[in-house]
Order: sequence, then structure tokens, then C-alpha cells
Amino acid sequence: MAEPASSNDTRTRPRDAALGSGPGRVLLTVYIIFAVAAGARAGVQIALKFSEAPLAYLLSAVAATVYLAATVGLAIGGTKGRLIALTSCSIEMVGVLVVGTLSIGDKAAFPDQTVWSDYGSGYGYIPLILPMIGLYWLWRNRPRS
Amino acid sequence: MNGPLSVATIVVALALAVWYLLRAALNRPPARFDLLAVAGLGALVAVLVIVAVVGLFDGSKPADTATFSGYLITTIAFAPTGFVLARMEPTRWGSLILGVACLTLPVLVLRLQQIASVVTGG
Repeated sequence: MAEPASSNDTRTRPRDAALGSGPGRVLLTVYIIFAVAAGARAGVQIALKFSEAPLAYLLSAVAATVYLAATVGLAIGGTKGRLIALTSCSIEMVGVLVVGTLSIGDKAAFPDQTVWSDYGSGYGYIPLILPMIGLYWLWRNRPRS
Repeated sequence: MNGPLSVATIVVALALAVWYLLRAALNRPPARFDLLAVAGLGALVAVLVIVAVVGLFDGSKPADTATFSGYLITTIAFAPTGFVLARMEPTRWGSLILGVACLTLPVLVLRLQQIASVVTGG
């Protein structure tokens, strides 16, 4: 089944369209940006000043890995890709809520910023919104029999 | 890093972002002009990054050189990534990808300026 060259309405989106096409490709773009942003930050933090705040820097690395996994999941699509994307979006959702709450409640444990600190306020709260959009997108394109 | 070149990059990127978002809202895929424009922006960014790299070697290094370099690499890769992804998506969503990329670039340039303003004594 060929996908129409330009579908202006998601209702006309074929059921078997790839996860990472159409609006999914926009989502993929944002995930690439965050994978790189979080990854670069974690890399610099761990390489240069790991002993200052090991917990925060490890969290940065975890966040980066999760964004990277979501990117890969959306990119490869299919059953396996869906599962990877679903898992990483769920971890993200939980991560941003837990770390966001902890970083506000217990400043001492988080002396340095991570992507998820203060619910991602340093990144325009996009880390909070992104997993919601991701989960919605996966739900919307769930396999139906 | 605070020269007219950065200002020009930010202004061009924001103007293009408005244009791309408008195109996406009107349900238009990226046209040839749109792709050429993002390539042009990429060239402008490349010049900016080269100037910044040259600046690294003439004494006034930012205190956080590693972070600065990381941002430089991310910044120069940005427009080409948007270009490739937008070409893969010849729908309104391709225009939105370009819009998102052009909205993020000014943030990167501002961050670069911020990091560059903290210098170690040359």
C-alpha cells in the first residue's frame, strides 16, 4: 500500500504507516536533539568533574541513553521498535516526574543540573511534554486487529 | 562570538522558522526554495563555527572549553540534519521539522555566546 504523497489529515494516515513517518518524523527530530543534548552534557560532566556530583551526572547519562533508545525505537519501527519506544517513553515519563520532584524537594542531592531537574525547566519543560506526546503517538498508532 | 555574525545567524534562523511554521500550517511540504534556504543557513552557521574555532586558538579561550566544543559540534551538525530529515518527509511535517530546527539553532547560538563570555585570562 503506497502512502499518499501528502496526507493533510491524520485520519487518512494508513494504519500500517511507519511509526517514524509523518508527525512521527517530527517527534524523531526532537528526540535526536535531546539525545545529543543530554548525551553531550553527560559526556562532558562525567569526563571532567564526575566526583563533584556522581548521582546527577549518572542521571544525565541515563537520560541520554533513554532518549537515544527512543530515537532508535521510532526510527526502526515495527513491533520491536514500538516496544523499545514504549519502554523508553515510559522510563522518561517516570524519570522526569521523580527527578523533577526530588530536585525541588531535596536540592542537596542534586547540586548540578540534569535534563530532568525541575521537570526540565532548563529545557523549556520539553522533557516533561515530550514523553506525553511520545506515548500519545504510540497509542494513536497502536496495532489494531 | 558576540559579533554581528551571531546576530545575523539568529535573525535569519528565526525568520526562516516563522516561514517554515507558516508553510507547515498551510499544509505545504518543503519546496526547493525551503531546502536551499536551510542549506544557506547551514553555510552561515558553518562560517560562525569556523570563526569560533579560530578564536579558540588566539588566546581568549572560554573557561569551559570542553562544553564549548561540544556545542560547536552540535551547532554545525544541526542544519544538515534538518535538511536530511526534511527531505525524507515530503509532507507538511517536513516543513515542521525545518521549523523546529530553525527554532533550536538560536538557542544553541545563545548558549555558545553565554559559554564564550566566561573566559580564562588570555
